[in-house]
Amino acid sequence: MISAFANPHRFMGLSRWLIPACLAVSLTLIAWSVWQALWIVPKDEYQGGDIMRAMFIHVPSAWLAMGSYMSLALASFVWFVWRHELADMAAKSIAPVGAGYTAVCLATGSIWGKPTWGTWWLWDDARMMSVLVMFFLFLGYMALRAAMDTRQKAARAGAILAMVGAVNVPLIKFSVDIWASLHQGASVVRMDGPSMPAVYLGPLLIGALGHLIFFAALTMQLMRAEVWQRRADVLIARKLSGG
Amino acid sequence: MRQPAPIRAAFRQAIAEAWAGGAGALLPIGFFAGAAMLVPFTIGTEASQLASIGAGVLWVALALASLVSMERLFQADLEDGTLELWAQEDAPLFMIATAKILAHWFVSGLPLVLLTPLIGVTLQIPAEAVLPAMLSYGLGGLAFFLWGGVAGALAASVPRGGLLIALLALPLFIPTAIFGALAVEPQAEPTNLLFLCASTLFALAVAPFGASAALRLAVD
Repeated sequence: MISAFANPHRFMGLSRWLIPACLAVSLTLIAWSVWQALWIVPKDEYQGGDIMRAMFIHVPSAWLAMGSYMSLALASFVWFVWRHELADMAAKSIAPVGAGYTAVCLATGSIWGKPTWGTWWLWDDARMMSVLVMFFLFLGYMALRAAMDTRQKAARAGAILAMVGAVNVPLIKFSVDIWASLHQGASVVRMDGPSMPAVYLGPLLIGALGHLIFFAALTMQLMRAEVWQRRADVLIARKLSGG
Repeated sequence: MRQPAPIRAAFRQAIAEAWAGGAGALLPIGFFAGAAMLVPFTIGTEASQLASIGAGVLWVALALASLVSMERLFQADLEDGTLELWAQEDAPLFMIATAKILAHWFVSGLPLVLLTPLIGVTLQIPAEAVLPAMLSYGLGGLAFFLWGGVAGALAASVPRGGLLIALLALPLFIPTAIFGALAVEPQAEPTNLLFLCASTLFALAVAPFGASAALRLAVD
């Protein structure tokens, strides 16, 4: 089944109408969730009042940050084993989008944390540290690809790094959890105290779905750009050799 | 290991070349000592403060010192063609890479561990705390060198790849740094040392394959 989608021509035909459709659906869902978050749902004083509305961006971006690294590793694995060029294009395209969502997650977390926890940045929080480490894994991945002189080398080096990083992620998560459980300050208000009321859960899940589809649309758009880039390179090479 | 010859040769070569080109093996030591020496100047010289951060400072210096020598680890072999010969050997490339990294740890990592009591005393760490901690520094340093070896192999074909190596390797250092720092705390629980051992064994299991895949990429 994978090989059916590995055909770049089929991908180009499919993504031509899938990307606008995804963008329309995702922007609608995100807009609805933001409207709900900013104007409809009641604020929660326990979570810092109005600032808790940042959750409707923060939590989906945290989920997507984790999911995007996993999909980066998966695409790298598929490329490394079966050498489907589209898998490499997917990995290359996921990285900047995933890094962006990771940065959004850290930024919104900080903005939410300042009034609630009283600090922009808390080294003791395990989830913050895991996300920060993941941000550096993304940066390293993109830097390594950029440093390689051929596309093939960039793909191989990136795939090796993504897979080595992915097998390390559980260990990093475990070690950071152990460390944070020792250092945990008593003043920190934990988000996972009371279970979330349904009035928040609906807009949150819709927003997360919207961001997921938006993520897919952005990734496919970057993959399309990569396909065009390669076609342009071939044309230039043909022109240079043909004279 | 039917044919250990190239593996042994890689080990011997790495040790020999550390002493061949000028002060190659002394540079990490100098860097390690220098990095640790900066701390009293920047943090302050108060003995109690230094004593509370000294063990962590040694970890930071060890991690940084293990990174500075990684750029040349495989790059020199790539330039003079040794790597291509290794890739054609019957002996598995991951064994050769492991031998090379272990030899590198032997000449550049172990001396730093032996130096930790001396630097530790200047950082006001009591001697009876440093001597048991040397085991932790040795284990952690080995993990640093293994992950650094993967990054060094990935960046072997990149000119001036030193900063790239640091960016690639530092996230992989996190578990070792965490367990290492916990293991050298005063009244540390013995489980932390076991966790450190486990993270080093994990590096030993994963890193050689990553490094050898990256080396194959470098010779192609």
